[in-house]
Amino acid sequence: MSSLASVFIDGIIYSSWLFIMAAGLTLIYGVMKILNMTHGSLYALGAYTAASFVGYWLNNGYPPLATYGVLLVAAIVVGIVAGAIIERGILRFMYGKHEVILLLVTYALFLILEDTVKLIWGVDSYAVADPYILLGNFKIFGLSYPMYNVLLLGIAILVGVGLTWLITRTITGKLLTAVIHDREMAASVGINVERFYTLTFILGAILAALGGAFTAPTVAIVPGMGVEVIVLAFAVIVIGGLGSLPGAALGALLVGIVRSASVHYWPEVELFSIYFVMALVLILKPKGLFSAPEARKI
Amino acid sequence: MNNRSMIIFSVILIALITLGGFLPDWATFHITRSLGLGLVVLGLMLMLRAGLVSFGQALYYCLGAYTAGALMHFYHIKEALLLIPAGMLTSALLAAVLGALLANYRGIFFGLLSLAFSMILYGVIVKSSSLGSTDGFTLTSPTFFGMALGESSRYAVYITACVLTLISIWGLERYLRTPLGRLAPAIRDNEIRVEYLGQSVRNAVHIKYIISAALAGLGGALTALTVGHIDPEMAYWTTSGEFVFILILSGSQSVIAPFLGALLFESLRTYAYQEFPYVWQMVLGIAMLLVISFLPDGIWSLFKSRKAKPT
Repeated sequence: MSSLASVFIDGIIYSSWLFIMAAGLTLIYGVMKILNMTHGSLYALGAYTAASFVGYWLNNGYPPLATYGVLLVAAIVVGIVAGAIIERGILRFMYGKHEVILLLVTYALFLILEDTVKLIWGVDSYAVADPYILLGNFKIFGLSYPMYNVLLLGIAILVGVGLTWLITRTITGKLLTAVIHDREMAASVGINVERFYTLTFILGAILAALGGAFTAPTVAIVPGMGVEVIVLAFAVIVIGGLGSLPGAALGALLVGIVRSASVHYWPEVELFSIYFVMALVLILKPKGLFSAPEARKI
Repeated sequence: MNNRSMIIFSVILIALITLGGFLPDWATFHITRSLGLGLVVLGLMLMLRAGLVSFGQALYYCLGAYTAGALMHFYHIKEALLLIPAGMLTSALLAAVLGALLANYRGIFFGLLSLAFSMILYGVIVKSSSLGSTDGFTLTSPTFFGMALGESSRYAVYITACVLTLISIWGLERYLRTPLGRLAPAIRDNEIRVEYLGQSVRNAVHIKYIISAALAGLGGALTALTVGHIDPEMAYWTTSGEFVFILILSGSQSVIAPFLGALLFESLRTYAYQEFPYVWQMVLGIAMLLVISFLPDGIWSLFKSRKAKPT
């Protein structure tokens, strides 16, 4: 029983992390049709910036409890600065190209950003464990878990609910939906499509950086940390259906639970299991679980 | 093979072999490695002509290398002329199976499913201690026609690479002139019309996929013998990314381009790595952006012409 419970709890924790990463990626794909590889770099940038900010904050003797706010600020700063530079500086000149080409453009940007991180922070590893330790532990089913994980889960839920609210309940969201459905039509009725692209990309970038910033206290921050995140986030949103937010949530849950189950019962297949699920879903449902049917164009 | 191409073929081969005799060791190593990469990209180019880009070609590259490696490591088969075809064969066989599935996929989903397959292989190798886990394993130098060549074995691998490359170029050039080969641009432009004309797009894509996997396996086995070491990174998505990178660099207009692209990429990487160890990836990334933006002969122009036509 306790092992089943811990599989479940570990899975949920991992899923929350995955969802924060995947939400931004699927949002960007949904609106801009770009499978954004820089997501992993933005994640790393978020983690490094968070480490620097929190380090500065604590060194100056400011209240440690406010570091959570500092993490958030770090994510927003990275998202806005890096997101705007990437979208306004490079991506906007590439719109209209084929999906695959856009993917390769972001791959090139990913390579550039990887080294940018090394240039700014060097190749040494960083750590900021304070926010992680600060919250202490809690006990459930006789197992002890860091309270910090509950914070992660809370953020994931907040991100999911917030995005759903934004898209379905606000005017901005309705305009965004129009852009998603038909870019040209939306532009012709007077929606500033370019501005929506910029805003979407920045929002996605903030989410990626948020994932990085709140992961920073739990891991060693090293060069190349974004590389694995990219394929994982890809797997999640492909399972759910590209561009679908509920899909990303379901994908994150599925991958999270499968991974924690394999870690507990059969650690040899940990990595294998995630991509096996991805392949299986694509085989059974070629466009992911939450994909809309598409008309064939002759 | 007609007389003219036979002559050209022999002349180039002799030129390359003689050249290899005069070049220093590092240069032949560099060229052999580039040819190995070029073979993989040649296969990718074949898919690209049909409008498909695989983000998981590293699967077959790695499989080819590990087939050669495992035969040498576990069965003590050292004959290069057995190891290389074996790597090619396992890759082609796996592609025959997976291709049956992948032939139904297009665009980004084709890329992503192939990515998933390659990551599965990566996951399997990383966790198998018998296959050396993350460290991989080191190979001894191969024999040729049963002869152990010792010091000059590197030169022999170089010659083998040259011969295999020329055969592949020639074979692909021939293939592209067959009806099946000519079908590729049609599939890219409008596959429903191809179906109406009575051709099976599925079969055509499947066959192309097997050929491209065989080439990747060939490239992988060759690289294993050249470098003398294999590790699971060969199946990781970044390796597939490199192949696609070279593909963009070389475009899909000519069967020779992948090898020039691979040579350029290897040189660029080696140079950038030596001169700017901290920013070599940045140099590659910028080069890639420049190619995508300004080289209409690359993959970009291909998709652009597709968009321009009414569908």
